[in-house]
Amino acid sequence: MSEIKQIKNLKDFSTSADRFEGANLLCPGCAHSIIVREVLNATNNDLVLAASTGCLEVCTAVYPYTSWDASWIHIGFENSSTAIAGAETMYKALKTKGRLKQPDRNPKFVAFGGDGASYDIGFQWISGCMERNHDMMYVVLDNEVYANTGGQRSSSTPIGSSATTSPAGSISYGEKQNKKDMMGIMAAHHIPYAAQVAPNKWKDMVKKIQRGFATEGAVFINAVSPCTTEWKFDPKDTMMITDLATDSLVFPLYEVIDGREFNITYRPKNVVPVEEYLAAQGRFKHLFKDEYKYLIKEWQERVDAQWAYLQRREEAKV
Amino acid sequence: MAKKGWDEFEIGAMLRTFNGEIENIAGTRQEDRSYTENSSYTASVADWRLIKPIFNKDYCIDCQFCWIYCPDVSIISRDKKLIGIDMDHCKGCGICVEVCPTNPKSLLMFPEQADEEVEIASWPKKDEKEA
Repeated sequence: MSEIKQIKNLKDFSTSADRFEGANLLCPGCAHSIIVREVLNATNNDLVLAASTGCLEVCTAVYPYTSWDASWIHIGFENSSTAIAGAETMYKALKTKGRLKQPDRNPKFVAFGGDGASYDIGFQWISGCMERNHDMMYVVLDNEVYANTGGQRSSSTPIGSSATTSPAGSISYGEKQNKKDMMGIMAAHHIPYAAQVAPNKWKDMVKKIQRGFATEGAVFINAVSPCTTEWKFDPKDTMMITDLATDSLVFPLYEVIDGREFNITYRPKNVVPVEEYLAAQGRFKHLFKDEYKYLIKEWQERVDAQWAYLQRREEAKV
Repeated sequence: MAKKGWDEFEIGAMLRTFNGEIENIAGTRQEDRSYTENSSYTASVADWRLIKPIFNKDYCIDCQFCWIYCPDVSIISRDKKLIGIDMDHCKGCGICVEVCPTNPKSLLMFPEQADEEVEIASWPKKDEKEA
C-alpha cells in the first residue's frame, strides 16, 4: 500500500474514492474543502488527520456528525501539529516494539490549520514539530483572515485589506502590516520539503503533496484558500480568484527542498496586473478611491520585487 | 439522530463513520460503504440551495474539472465518466458551471424549482461569439 498513487491526468484522478464527505457546514464555494479533497485523494495510504480550531474544524465536526472517513482528531486551536506529531511518534514506537497488528500499512500523518492557527496561535508548536523533523505534513489553509470568528486580522492579512479589527474608512486604509513570510520561516528550519500550492493548479498541487508524502521528515505546505465570505466575492468565483492570485504572482507557486534547493513550479504565460486581483475582491474595494490609489502601485512594486527575489534565489540555488 | 444538549454529550466523544470494519477505504466507493448515522454523508444540506446545477450529458466531454473543483463532493464520477450530481450535498455555489469548458456549457444553474427535463429540452445553443 505504500507505493505512490499513479495520477497521470484528471480522469485518472477522478477514480479516487473521496474520504471527505459532503454536508459539512463550510460556506458554499469555500476553497478549504477543495484543498482538503486534493490532499486526501493524492494518496491511497491510510490517513491519520488532525485539525486546528478554525473554519475547517468547526464545519466538519458538528456533533453528532463528522465529515471525515479517516482517523481524525481535534484538540485545541494551536496544537494540531503537536497532536499529529505525538500520534506519529507513538506509531513509530509501537512499530519498533512490534506491537502493531498491521505493521506494513504505512499511514500518513497530516495536520490541517488555518492561517490564524498557523501564522499566529500555533506558530511555536509548528516550529517545534518542524525542528524535531517528525514524519508528518502540515497544511496551512491560508485565507488571510480569522474567518471563523468574524474576520479579524491575522498576521497573514496583507496590506490594505479591510478586516473587522482593521477596518477601512475615512482615516485608515485597513490593514497596515505586510503579510508574514511563513514559507521563508519554515524553509529556514531546513525541513526536507516546503511548498506553496494553489487548488486551481491541481496537477502541481498533487505532485507536491505526493512528494511530501514520499518524503521522510517534516513537510510544510502553504495553500491559498480564497474565502468567499471575508474576501467578499461571489461563491461561484472561487476558482477565478485563485487563478488571479497565482497569475498575478501574489501567490507564487514554488518549493524549497532542505531549505536550500529552490524551484519555481509555475510561471504564468500572461502575468495579470495585481490591480485585477485586488479589484475582484470586496475587501480591497476602498483602494480604488483616489486617496488610496497609491497603495495599488505599492502592491504591484512589492509583488514584482518578491518575484524578482524568488527568481534570483532559484538561479543562485541558495 | 436525536441531538444532545451542550451538557449531555460525553467529553472526548468519538464518532464512528462506518458500521463494522472497512479494510481498504481508499478503494471503496461511497455507494459500497456502510455509513453510520454519525457520518455527514447521511445528512443533507439541500435546503441551503437557492439555485441548482442541471447536468446535460449531451455536451459533456468528461474533463472532470467540475469533479476536482467541487467543494462539496457532489459531482459523482464513476469510471472516468460524470454520471450525475449529488443533490443532498450540493450547496449551489456554482463553481462547477464556472469551470465547465464546453460550449454550450454542460452544466448550468437554474432556480431550485426548475424542472430538469424541461430545461434540458430548451438548453442554450452553441455561442459563436464566445468561441
